[in-house]
Amino acid sequence: MQNLSFKQISSGIIVLILLILFPFAFPKPFPQHVMILVFMFGMTGVAWNIMGGYAGMFSFGQVAFFGIGAYTSSFLLITYHINPWLGLVVGGLIAALVGAAIGYPCSNLRGHYFAIASIAFGEIVRTHFNNWKLIGAAEGMTLPMLSESFKNFMFHSSKLPYYYIILAFLILSLGVCHFVATSKMGYYFRAIKESHDVAKVLGIHVVAYRLIAIMISAFLTAMAGTFYAQYVLYLDPESVLILPISVQIVLIAMLGGASSVMGPVIGAAILMPVSEITRVLLGHKGTGVDMMIYGALITLISVYQPKGVWGLFSNIGKRAK
Amino acid sequence: MPDQLIQQIVNGLLIGFIYSLIAIGLTLIWGVMNIVNFAHGDFLMLGMFTSFWLYTLYGLDPLFSIPICAAFLFISGLLIYRFIVSKVMKGPVLAQLVVTFGVSIFLANLAVFLWTPDFRLIEKPLLHGTWEIGSIKLSVPKFVATIGSVVVSFFVLLFLKKTKTGKAILATEMDREAALLMGINTERINSVSFALGSALVGVAGAFLSMYYYIYPQVGGTFGLIAFCVVALGGFGSIEGAFLAGIIVGLAQTLGGFFIDPAYKFAIVFFIYLVTVWIRPQGLLGW
Amino acid sequence: MKKTPFLEVDRVTKRFGGLLANDRIDFTVEEGEIVSIIGPNGAGKSTLFNCVTGFYRPNSGKISFMGQEMTHYRADQICKMGVARTFQIVQIISDMIALDNVVTGALLRFNKIRPAVEKAEEVLRFTGLIEKKGLLPTELTIADKKRLEVSMALATQPRLLMLDESMAGLTRVELREMIDLIKKIREIGITLVVVEHVMEAVMEISDRVIVLNSGKKIMEGTPQQVVVNREVIQAYLGEKYHVVSP
Repeated sequence: MQNLSFKQISSGIIVLILLILFPFAFPKPFPQHVMILVFMFGMTGVAWNIMGGYAGMFSFGQVAFFGIGAYTSSFLLITYHINPWLGLVVGGLIAALVGAAIGYPCSNLRGHYFAIASIAFGEIVRTHFNNWKLIGAAEGMTLPMLSESFKNFMFHSSKLPYYYIILAFLILSLGVCHFVATSKMGYYFRAIKESHDVAKVLGIHVVAYRLIAIMISAFLTAMAGTFYAQYVLYLDPESVLILPISVQIVLIAMLGGASSVMGPVIGAAILMPVSEITRVLLGHKGTGVDMMIYGALITLISVYQPKGVWGLFSNIGKRAK
Repeated sequence: MPDQLIQQIVNGLLIGFIYSLIAIGLTLIWGVMNIVNFAHGDFLMLGMFTSFWLYTLYGLDPLFSIPICAAFLFISGLLIYRFIVSKVMKGPVLAQLVVTFGVSIFLANLAVFLWTPDFRLIEKPLLHGTWEIGSIKLSVPKFVATIGSVVVSFFVLLFLKKTKTGKAILATEMDREAALLMGINTERINSVSFALGSALVGVAGAFLSMYYYIYPQVGGTFGLIAFCVVALGGFGSIEGAFLAGIIVGLAQTLGGFFIDPAYKFAIVFFIYLVTVWIRPQGLLGW
Repeated sequence: MKKTPFLEVDRVTKRFGGLLANDRIDFTVEEGEIVSIIGPNGAGKSTLFNCVTGFYRPNSGKISFMGQEMTHYRADQICKMGVARTFQIVQIISDMIALDNVVTGALLRFNKIRPAVEKAEEVLRFTGLIEKKGLLPTELTIADKKRLEVSMALATQPRLLMLDESMAGLTRVELREMIDLIKKIREIGITLVVVEHVMEAVMEISDRVIVLNSGKKIMEGTPQQVVVNREVIQAYLGEKYHVVSP
């Protein structure tokens, strides 16, 4: 784990410039929408990676954090007219606390057991939100149409501001992930991922570090949730809290390469356009063909390239100079 | 005891035994190869649809299509193991988790593609109607399905304890390395277990189809419930799965009765969480 | 004035269901010693290790280190106090290179990566693995893996190092290297408690030997005393000594 090389920084800057210019090269809403999804899901993938790829807690329940973020900021906005940026922070904190509360009793769970617990967690949250009148239950919540402004975190005439905001969020997440990966925390997470015994014998407080990983992951995922709410302006449990979204998040991280900082972004960059395009071309008739392709894709990737795209180039970082 | 409560207990037992059968299939797969089959619920769905189409197209009552469902799902399980699952067994855990999700999504949507998302029902199975015992209503198809599940569970247990292959499966479950050293072909045991587990859940699907709505997404919730049952019973324990199925069935109906019907599944998931917190090895697991 | 023992194990008992794995085990270790714990398989040696280092909770008894009681401390707390250990089955991080493994250990005492890397390299030089610092564990021999595990433990800067069968599976040459390493470790001031089956090594390195059998301590003394003790010989009757073949 080293600091970024000159080559990495310069290629990063080039990519960033390209992404900044992208909406001008492609001024139509659809490509911008696809890229917004790429950034948003990329962000959730990066967040997943912190607890999954690095710390070994494979969560299939990230939607719970996504939903908590989205619903918290939206509820505060609708009911108490609290600014969504503030709501974003509150949503993140609540998600982190809930994550820690659930994570603590699950501290000894690993692998498949943890995965199922995370599914159970996600499903409990979904069921609860589906029946919770305060936040609209199954009917969901509609966000009020406020005047367009950065302060209101709402834009109507163009997708551009959303594009740049979520890109900034993504860069923030990547920064957090990079910091985690190259710090003491990163080493400790990877030790925990290998085995709790190895971690303990090196003096690592396993429970505490697991909770930290969960809380960081939850906060970032909730941020993405708030963004989603402000972008789509409508929330209901069936769109925001369902298991397939959690699976998609895992898939993005896996496809790009779990346990690499940029992996999930690559995964999102591949998966989101593919799934959007197949949905538009094949999905609207409700035949299920688009999802069959998606399912087949997941299966093939798991079998033939489980280390993801990054895994193709992965042997770079392993050897010391 | 108020009649409503008895009714819920009866309902809980009825669905519980079917959960037991579904879970036995899943725990077999888990116990032998340490893989969570997220597509297990979708095999249930395939069993249900097989039974449905045999009934609709050929007039075959679900009771009689059980052997066909078993055979069909056995072969499907074998193929899926051979061509997909076996290939991830040596790879990263993450791939093992995700691959059966992929199969699950594929199968559920294949069903949508082939048969549309519409809900289907077998209107008039051979054994139909409702018995009334006092003010307790007992649906005959449900009762038949439940009895059938118990009988099949019993035969599975017999198979595992008395036949050579069955004992080999149990041995591999208990200690894979030791089984290998004893000359057991653990790779073959893997395929047989996966196929057998799939066949069992297919049979459970045939039983369920006697009274339950049949639709492509039906596997989802049943699959998740099956995990909770397996966890409660103890991963790998057949008797545990049997016992836990009943408990979960009762928890579902009684929980729904006392708390809120909408939360009945949330209660089941909560049971999973409590089980892994307090007693990770489940009731009868090792 | 009675000097506080470095490590004090006071009537430690550990039960698993009906099995009494450790039955009122009682001994002390002085600073600077090398103490070996021997006994037939199933005697309770690893259980004892696990009780002392916080991986098992003893049912009764007391464990103190440098005068501080640590009986129910977590394993990571015990490591922070200065007690490090290795395992019978080598525990290392398989997707990190050797250097990073040791850095993870060194990070116990540092918060920044760079000083931890410096410490890790220093340790690898000490244990003779510096040439292989960039290799993955899969590329290491079993002897090197054991040395890596020892390096990781040393990186946590322990006062007491407990080694669990570090000689198992080694060739004659590798055995000599491990013995020399253990002596080097003592020379820099680390006290050692070692579980071993390889009697040649035990005889050579130990100041004292403690013998366990069926959960009880049956004898304690110098290597020479232990080797001729009738009870000890009977405990091993039917068990071949580990003789390293040339």
